[in-house]
Amino acid sequence: MTTYSTISPVFDVYAIRQAFPILGRMVKDKPLVYLDNAATSQKPLSVINALSDYYTGYNANIHRGIHSLAEEATAAYEASRYAVKQFIGAAATEEIIFTRGTTEGINLVAYTWGRQNIHAGDEIIISGMEHHSNIVPWQILCNEKHAVLKVIPVTENGELSLKAYQELLTDKTKLVAIVQVSNALGTVNPVKEMIAAAHQAGALVLVDGAQSAVHLDIDVQDLDCDFFAFSGHKVYGPTGVGVLYGKRAILEDMPVFQGGGEMIKEVTFEHTTYNELPYKYEAGTPNIADTIALKAALDFMNTTGKAEIRKHEVGLLAYATEQLENIPGLTIIGKAREKASLVSFVIKGTHPQDIGILLDNQGIAVRTGHHCCQPLMKRFDIPGTVRASFALYNTMEEVDKLITGLHKTIKMLS
Amino acid sequence: MITDNNGQMQDTEAAITSDFSLLDTWEEKYEYIIELGKKLPVLEEKYKVEENMIKGCQSAVWLIADYRDGRVFFKADSDAVIVKGLVSMLIRVLSGHTPDQIIHAKLDFIEQIGMMTHLAQTRSNGLLAMIRQMKNYALVYKTIGN
Repeated sequence: MTTYSTISPVFDVYAIRQAFPILGRMVKDKPLVYLDNAATSQKPLSVINALSDYYTGYNANIHRGIHSLAEEATAAYEASRYAVKQFIGAAATEEIIFTRGTTEGINLVAYTWGRQNIHAGDEIIISGMEHHSNIVPWQILCNEKHAVLKVIPVTENGELSLKAYQELLTDKTKLVAIVQVSNALGTVNPVKEMIAAAHQAGALVLVDGAQSAVHLDIDVQDLDCDFFAFSGHKVYGPTGVGVLYGKRAILEDMPVFQGGGEMIKEVTFEHTTYNELPYKYEAGTPNIADTIALKAALDFMNTTGKAEIRKHEVGLLAYATEQLENIPGLTIIGKAREKASLVSFVIKGTHPQDIGILLDNQGIAVRTGHHCCQPLMKRFDIPGTVRASFALYNTMEEVDKLITGLHKTIKMLS
Repeated sequence: MITDNNGQMQDTEAAITSDFSLLDTWEEKYEYIIELGKKLPVLEEKYKVEENMIKGCQSAVWLIADYRDGRVFFKADSDAVIVKGLVSMLIRVLSGHTPDQIIHAKLDFIEQIGMMTHLAQTRSNGLLAMIRQMKNYALVYKTIGN
């Protein structure tokens, strides 16, 4: 049966922009051109309203309260968990653990699964394009357990060498922790293939989805990843809430992370039994408001349509890449065959920081620096890059403004 | 006995503020800073080492200080030209003064020329870190000098 609800609305970027109040503001007397979406995305009104509705309407602590407000808050909080489950294609809500963000999700795995399963001589594989958040927790773990951290090299065009990856996989490999979309290069890594290879070698895989969740259609069951972590604030949701997905069987066996309220079943001074999944990993009062508002962000993306969003962003990426390549002296860092909508670049004879300052004076927000990927910058022998990252609300006109702004910037610096 | 000459430091600040008052647009202001950055003498390579680097800057900034006849002299360099221009102004104001003068320098000119944004922690472009480091040098020389 065909229903009208299955017909997706026409993607109208100008209409979408109306949903984001902040996009109407001025910066340095110029209309804001926000191209720092890989750092954090702006929030639609529905997300902002969800936060305010919660505090004005039904703020209460969840799960244990018997009164109406507690019931409403609990229902909304758990509805958010269901929305996340649907969003990433998990098998059950028990597999969805709310965290503070991607970083906490990765650390949770390192401190629980890692401490139980990584032993002296074991190997963990990461890649050369990881964010510090997917390097440091493993480094700490390896140092503590006398395990070995191995790194998949990055090719000149900013892709992972899959041949090298295959060679790194051994029977000692216990975990592969890889980023699905590089925050510094935009590279979309073939994680499904890499996960299959890791499983062949008997290793588990954690996918850092901080950048991918907003750009790609995520299906954790299809990917067959063992863990998937992402952040709310990069998917048009609030800061301070994130998600760790883990396969149920693995989560069941893992030791607890933090101890406290909510995560327990019964406590005596002699012994504590722990709560069921996912509460076992959610000690203390969680970030109720932001978690509830995360659902509004996911609803917004679903309504807009992930395929439509991707199509629009691919268009922006192609146009920006073409326009940037016409600028004399500009080199794009990261020319992978498949990229998310972000472009990192350097301009001969200029420092990224100078470009960032002068673009800011023209109302254009970009990111400059090492993007928390110092080893990757070292790989390309650069101090950092200028990064323009696009979201579903960015327009071709904004790409034009970036290009005009860059021409002006280069002229001022020369 | 070294006599403090606060008047001289204030004169330099006033001169910078006066230069900037002639510049109407942000473009003119930054072009002026960029020009200052380009004119700042390049620091010899041997000084561009880790121990002379100022932490907390997005760009590489090297700062060295020399203490002669009760006065501190600064030299600096950066791989980013706007930072270099900002450093150039700080050197012009602070270099050649006594540790006490440097420690107590209020540096009001930064606000007067509209460059306060560069003092914000979030900018991580290190003007604040630079000033702190210059004052640290002054403090060290004051301690040693006494």
